[in-house]
Amino acid sequence: MKGERKMLHTVNKSPYERNTLESCLRLAKAGSAILLIEDGVYAAIAGSAAADQVAARTDDFTFHVLGPDIEARGLADKQLIDGVAVVDYTGFVELVAEYDAVQSWL
Amino acid sequence: MNAEIATEFDTEGVQKNFMFVNRKAPYGSIYALEALEMVLISAAFEQNAVIAFIDDGVYQIVKGQDTKAAGMKNFSPTFGVIEMEKEDADEDPDIDMVWRIVVERDSMEQRGLTAEDFSIAVEVLDSAELADLMNAQDVVLSA
Repeated sequence: MKGERKMLHTVNKSPYERNTLESCLRLAKAGSAILLIEDGVYAAIAGSAAADQVAARTDDFTFHVLGPDIEARGLADKQLIDGVAVVDYTGFVELVAEYDAVQSWL
Repeated sequence: MNAEIATEFDTEGVQKNFMFVNRKAPYGSIYALEALEMVLISAAFEQNAVIAFIDDGVYQIVKGQDTKAAGMKNFSPTFGVIEMEKEDADEDPDIDMVWRIVVERDSMEQRGLTAEDFSIAVEVLDSAELADLMNAQDVVLSA
């Protein structure tokens, strides 16, 4: 028998410009994975205003952040929130393959 | 192996559960209109569909839209077509698909709207119900 369905959610907007992350956190089911990409990666930086939103939900979700997008924005030296795993493009593809469906929060 | 590239896909008997997540207001960007086209295409292939309106997406189905003075195409009547598709799917035994049109309660209430403000009949769902519904889909398409 098939186990419970699990989804991957991607967030690509800055939490300071849009409510995309907030909506994702409200509507993703516990047990989902959340991957921060493009401007979404700003939410993964420890000590930022958005960090609390992510840090408060690390029990509900497994958080990932796309390393190349961190590096592109000059954030490679910044500390990330505990519990957020950095993945590369291969890791991105593996996540997509691992989960049953993907919702792109735009 | 036959190297010939397939130019037609055999979709006979293939049916999946789709959710279309609409999160943008109707006229500030092209997202809403493009999503509407995706929904109509899924009807042509008799796919199960949940059409969900979340965040500013709830503004797409507000009744009384009049774009004449703004000089834009008013595509809100097309939501009436979606409602008719849903009614056909519900009532016609020859149409083998299930459609639902849903709105997130929080998104609606935050914007001072009620279900009476919408041009089509919708199911109003709590966030947790919507999360369960989304999680159960085969394919989720967002706009």
